[in-house]
Amino acid sequence: MSRDQALVTADWVSEHLDDPKVVLIEVDEDTTAYDGGHIKGAIKLDWKQDLQDPVRRDFINKEQFEKLLSERGVSNDDTVILYGGNNNWFAAYAYWYFKLYGHSDVKLLDGGRKKWELDARELSKDAVKREPTTYTAQEQDTSIRAFRDDVVAAIGTANLLDIRSPDEYAGRLLAPAHLPQEQAQRPGHVPTAVNVPWSKAANDDGTFKSDEELTELYTEAGLDFDKATIAYCRIGERSSHSWFVLHELLERPNVKNYDGSWTEYGSLVGVPVALGDQPGEA
Amino acid sequence: MCGAKTGGLDTAGIDLSTQAVIQGRVLRGGNPVAGAYVRLLDGGGEFTAEVQTSATGHFRFFAADGRWTLRTLAPGGVSVDRAVVAKVGVVAEVDVELEA
Repeated sequence: MSRDQALVTADWVSEHLDDPKVVLIEVDEDTTAYDGGHIKGAIKLDWKQDLQDPVRRDFINKEQFEKLLSERGVSNDDTVILYGGNNNWFAAYAYWYFKLYGHSDVKLLDGGRKKWELDARELSKDAVKREPTTYTAQEQDTSIRAFRDDVVAAIGTANLLDIRSPDEYAGRLLAPAHLPQEQAQRPGHVPTAVNVPWSKAANDDGTFKSDEELTELYTEAGLDFDKATIAYCRIGERSSHSWFVLHELLERPNVKNYDGSWTEYGSLVGVPVALGDQPGEA
Repeated sequence: MCGAKTGGLDTAGIDLSTQAVIQGRVLRGGNPVAGAYVRLLDGGGEFTAEVQTSATGHFRFFAADGRWTLRTLAPGGVSVDRAVVAKVGVVAEVDVELEA
């Protein structure tokens, strides 16, 4: 992938609003944003209702993904453009799903819903209905998904990238600051993980920084591009944003997203945890 | 969850005595501005969280003790910074006035 293949601009979307092979999908945690106004023709995916297994802690499997996209009217040969609130966190998470299940042509709208709104571009409240399709997904591509044992094995050997805010990394906060600080897990980070907050990869308007700025950002943080990298956050959606930067924009091989992230790792019995602003020892 | 909830004003079940709350409204000419983006930056200027204001212009953050900056973004290239101090057990109220 590269920036040209993985990202589209708001202008590009404006020019393709009536293109039948372009499917716009808004992905949010709270879909009231979509209901209050969305990009014309866009369908919605609910991060939790649609993309998470309703019982187990895992995301939907291949069959569930096929059923979801078939019902929503997405075809295998459609160009899927994802966007959403929260600086595209959940859209990036959905992008990672589409890649996991092998969709060939999927892109993010640079800046997501925020950029669209700050540009004062038009939003529509019209209901959107697409004809059902028969969508076929591939087996999960686990080369881009890390599990807890991968993370433990990576301590001191591969790059661990903690993309939460500095206060979450150090253990002073357990969740982003728009949420109550009430969580069961221990605070801190995986020892040897470097902290590059996801927000450093984005401009204030939610668009991604340039490839040059992004390369410098991770290099200065001490990420060794010759090694494999696992990105994590609290629940795996902000780290999808950084995974997107490293794997899709900067085209670094062997970058995985750990979707279990801190809510899993910080609750594990017996694993090492580092506190404070330094990465800590292996 | 990690996402920004519009307004973030639902306090059901939250023990505010254990939280360092920063909240307020975004106003233009004294009228509430809905849908503005309010970012919370830490003492080092690093992004910590972002919410959109509610229909009544409200926003709320759960921070920690210390100095913070609220950066408000609105259409038309508007960006306004306000400093605020948060403390556990205290609700810091900040009204952000945008230029009319």
